[in-house]
Amino acid sequence: MGKVMDFLKKLGENRVILPVLLVVGFILTLAISQFAPLEQGLQSVLRELHLNTYVIALVGINVILCASLNLVNGYMGEFSVGHAGFMSLGAYASSIVTVKLLPDMPDALFFFPVIVGGVVAALAGFLLALLSFKTRGDYLAIITLAFLMIVKSALENIPYVGGPRGMLGIPKLTTLAWAFFWAVVTIWVLRNLLYSKFGRAIAAIREDEIAANSMGVRVREAKILAFSVSAFFAGVAGALFAHLLVFATPATFGIFTSTEILVMVYLGGIGSLAGSIIGAVVYTLLSNWLLPLGTWRMVIMPLILVLLMLFRPKGIMGFRELPWFLPKREARRKDS
Amino acid sequence: MSALLEVRNVSRHFGGLKAIAECDFSVTEGHAHGIIGPNGAGKTTLFNLITGIYKPTAGEIVFAGERLDGLRPSRIALKGIGRTFQNIRLFKQLTVLENVRIAYDSQLRYSPLEALLTLPRMGRNEAESIAKSSALLEAFGLGALSDSLAGDLPYGLQRKLEIARAIALKPRLLLLDEPAAGLNSGETAALTEFLRWVRTEYKVTLLLIEHHMHLVMGLCDRITVLDFGQKIAEGTPEEIRGNKRVIEAYLGAEEE
Amino acid sequence: MEYFAQQAINAIQLGAIYALIALGYSLVYGVLTMINFAHGDLFMVGAFFCLIIASLFPLPFVVILVLVMLSTGFLGALIERVAYRPLRSAPRVSAIITALGCGLVIENLVSSLSPYAKPMPALFSVTGYNLGGLSISSLQILIIGVSILLMVGLDFFIRRTSFGMAMRAISFDSRTVPLLGIPLNKVISVTFLIGAGLGGAAGMLYGLAYPVIAASMGVLVGWKAFIAAVVGGIGSIRGAVVGGFILGLVEVMTVAVLPSTYRDLIAYSLLLVILIFKPYGLLGKAPNQKV
Repeated sequence: MGKVMDFLKKLGENRVILPVLLVVGFILTLAISQFAPLEQGLQSVLRELHLNTYVIALVGINVILCASLNLVNGYMGEFSVGHAGFMSLGAYASSIVTVKLLPDMPDALFFFPVIVGGVVAALAGFLLALLSFKTRGDYLAIITLAFLMIVKSALENIPYVGGPRGMLGIPKLTTLAWAFFWAVVTIWVLRNLLYSKFGRAIAAIREDEIAANSMGVRVREAKILAFSVSAFFAGVAGALFAHLLVFATPATFGIFTSTEILVMVYLGGIGSLAGSIIGAVVYTLLSNWLLPLGTWRMVIMPLILVLLMLFRPKGIMGFRELPWFLPKREARRKDS
Repeated sequence: MSALLEVRNVSRHFGGLKAIAECDFSVTEGHAHGIIGPNGAGKTTLFNLITGIYKPTAGEIVFAGERLDGLRPSRIALKGIGRTFQNIRLFKQLTVLENVRIAYDSQLRYSPLEALLTLPRMGRNEAESIAKSSALLEAFGLGALSDSLAGDLPYGLQRKLEIARAIALKPRLLLLDEPAAGLNSGETAALTEFLRWVRTEYKVTLLLIEHHMHLVMGLCDRITVLDFGQKIAEGTPEEIRGNKRVIEAYLGAEEE
Repeated sequence: MEYFAQQAINAIQLGAIYALIALGYSLVYGVLTMINFAHGDLFMVGAFFCLIIASLFPLPFVVILVLVMLSTGFLGALIERVAYRPLRSAPRVSAIITALGCGLVIENLVSSLSPYAKPMPALFSVTGYNLGGLSISSLQILIIGVSILLMVGLDFFIRRTSFGMAMRAISFDSRTVPLLGIPLNKVISVTFLIGAGLGGAAGMLYGLAYPVIAASMGVLVGWKAFIAAVVGGIGSIRGAVVGGFILGLVEVMTVAVLPSTYRDLIAYSLLLVILIFKPYGLLGKAPNQKV
């Protein structure tokens, strides 16, 4: 047992493995769509596990959603239920690009509509951050709820994007490689943010906003950054999701979707990137295996959330981080 | 000698209650300036007015020639005013080093974009922040505890860390709200020495609220006495010691 | 003109129901400073309890009303006991998340058991009256009358009884209250019982007025009432009533002028605007923070 722990510790501190794994993973996900035997092999393995490539792509998307919501709900200690609203903005904005504006766009340029989706969502995140200056806690939660409902009912009333029936005929551009790529980008950017003065400012706001202010922390700047970055990646995830599902309706991005992301965050652990990944993976797979239960699944998922809050509110990782996700300077300091 | 901080005719009302009424005094650069007065005299309210947590109902506050009243607390802090809190407000779930780094961060120069993409300037700044903050903790004798959670420190060390955190802002004026609260007389004597050292080492003007008379009398160059939100006396420790009104309002009740 | 007068009657009916639900949010917020996100679903459960009781036993209206209020009330108190009480000293966010989770559990449980919308049986034969060109039914009169009766009763309870006094004391300062010999847990349980009971009554009245009920009612109608509570000033009892009637009026007038799909958009925009410009509502007061 001790030997295993030592091995795991060494593994965690090794700074070469992670980049190697990422490169190999990305090449693999790219290769799968190019070589038929590889794809068939993967699919037969997945079938054995009662999974499919759709679920694997969904894991990537959920990692993005979970990590980005963790920034606001975990690291900053606020409670936003509006994440699905940012998602839907990203989904709709990107789909307008691929369906209406540039229908003949080459598939390789898919990053462009995704970024458009992210930027539109980030703008909404910026506006929400302005509202967060004066209120926090319950009241901010209500504001994010109102935001979610307004986005949903606004989309239902815009004929250009299909009203309540939503956008149909969205091309299936989200591949395993894109999902993998964006998940890695999200974790990398969030890590950079978290281990910067802005990340420390966000943590200081969570701990004690008044003390943070008195220590010269630019609270408004930090809140704007947290909300915008969080919303940007929710928008990215929404764009990927729409191009995986090949349609987007206002109802796809409701309060239940927000709750699912909340479950992932609080399951994996608040204030932890490793926790976000664990939460997203566990939740997505579990949720897929529970599909045969039908609507009962939607009873079980929020029930898990309640039980988590009662018995393990910080989740699996809760403010702990794998050394892999620390920048070199922080990791080195902890050794000495 | 010039006035670093001037409080001019400042009042603050909460509903019908006058917490501070036409308060007027100034703090000379380089001094240790004490504020004393019975409980509820408005001392902490005065600190909250100076640091921008409350806005004055009337009057103005001038620091190094600039108006402070109406500015946000973070702007005031960045102008060079550090503070501690009566009921210690550390970032409890963060490490000792992170507590200090957060205050030091105001001196780092890189943009959000440089942070998100971890560009070279950010790395240099961050390395510098770790080095400088660690050095500050060493100087305060907290170096060995860098990676402990601030909330896990014993009470006395938490007070010390709060001062270190305020010093990391590189302030010209340091506000201390009852630094000796909860300390015994031996510890208070050590704190007096420690504050003398902080004052000369970091070239900072002190403004402190305190109940321990030994500390105030031993450390301060000048003392302002508040009662019911009003200034009732001001002078050197000797003058205050002999002031009848002060004895009536405060010392008499406290020491007999 | 007559059209708008007719709409005004509809607005009062809807507003009365909103106000009843909003009271539950405000009562709980008053004593625990916590948003009970599950309350909207308790309202929905109230409608289903009414359906079950009415289809099993042909009881008079008042008896059914009392049974529905009691059963929904006990469900509300049970949720508090099981899910909220253990979290009372935990960070506030934990309680909000739990409440949200409980609400979704209830909603999806009901929708799993009853996937399709159900018609609500009429409990008595409704007669219409004509007042100078305006038509008003006995059902509308009953709904408005029962709502107002319950609200007046609640106001009396809170202002004049020792239990109500204890509730107000807790909302003023929950830490010193146990020192004064007030049984904190008991008062909180009763608060949930009353709040959920009123929500259940509202569910029953809503089911009679718009006689098709479904699990989604909790979010569609219950959360709307939450807007009413916030508009009036959450934690304020009279504010909840004022907010309920304002929201009823706004919704009915919106539908009179715009397509009905704009109803939610207008209602939630109203919430956002109120939160921005008057964050503590029309009759609420700002909490004070000690530094």
